[in-house]
Amino acid sequence: MSKKLMAVFLMAVVTYAIRVLPLMFCRNKIKSKFFKSFLDYIPFAVLGAMIFPSILFSTSNIYFSMIGMIVALILAYYEKGLLTVAVSAVLVVYCCELIF
Amino acid sequence: MQVIIYNREKEEGEILNHLSNITNNPSVSERKISKDEFLKGVHQGIPITLGYIPVSFTFGLMAVDGGIPIWMTILISLTNLTSAGQFVGVSLIIADTSLFEITLATFVINIRYMLMSLSLSQKISPKIAPLKRCMMAFGITDEIFTVASLEEQEVTFSYMMGLTICPYFGWALGTILGAMVTSVLPQALQSSMGIALYGMFIALIVPVAKRSKAALVVVIISVLISSSFKFLPCINVISDGWSIIITTIIAATIGAFIFPKEGD
Repeated sequence: MSKKLMAVFLMAVVTYAIRVLPLMFCRNKIKSKFFKSFLDYIPFAVLGAMIFPSILFSTSNIYFSMIGMIVALILAYYEKGLLTVAVSAVLVVYCCELIF
Repeated sequence: MQVIIYNREKEEGEILNHLSNITNNPSVSERKISKDEFLKGVHQGIPITLGYIPVSFTFGLMAVDGGIPIWMTILISLTNLTSAGQFVGVSLIIADTSLFEITLATFVINIRYMLMSLSLSQKISPKIAPLKRCMMAFGITDEIFTVASLEEQEVTFSYMMGLTICPYFGWALGTILGAMVTSVLPQALQSSMGIALYGMFIALIVPVAKRSKAALVVVIISVLISSSFKFLPCINVISDGWSIIITTIIAATIGAFIFPKEGD
């Protein structure tokens, strides 16, 4: 097996092991109110950390990204769908790239 | 003649009995529910799929550009199904780093899935069989997990399969397109597509944060911490993978302290 293929194999095994072990072995409902709240807040904490500041560096220009982000925030505030928000952000950034 | 009629009545009776058995049969109604759950999952998975295609497209472009064979690039997407992990893994493969470093980096970047898997284990029935759990675990990505965890009801096997199937093939399809079509898209459009996934994240989080003060506070804390990791001079040496892990743990802990959830 080539080294590249070995690396791909290891990446896949590690990623899957991380995903499967807790789901397989944690069968009891967790009792602690604190820990349950902690787990409930994880999606928000992860998303917050993933969006900002990475979003600023997701396109070729930090200011275009900021404009895209503001458009996305406004549309999301008015509860537009996932796709509408994503596509609008892309189009706004694209227009910025064409204009400036 | 009478015998025949009698037989027919008996047969009809049996058929009717049989029919009522079918409709009352729990396995049939369960199957109907599973199908509905599956379709609900598929429906909710479509926006995720559309968000994935540009990202995996970029991944395909980048990997093939860096010298990874097309078939291997596709294999990576089919076996890994993770954006940040694949991007980093492939850049390390291209840079010819050691297998140990590649493995460790993958572990660090993806360890957040462990928290998600643990969180999801609380939302599924304890009765779900090991093999089904193994299949459900494969679909744990940031987006699929978030959509599943924002579900009000218990997460079922059928729902999770429905939710995973389109994003999985969309992820592969985007990779194939990116790997094949090296540079047909105009550069400006390629670069503006980078924001697509973040736009989707924002659309996921804002409507919830609007209604729940706790969610809003957790998001704000998380954004502040991750920004410090990026911009404060003394701690910005930390990698993106670690930054996400540490930020998540701190923000969720603070959230659990300030707003412990009542009920069950």
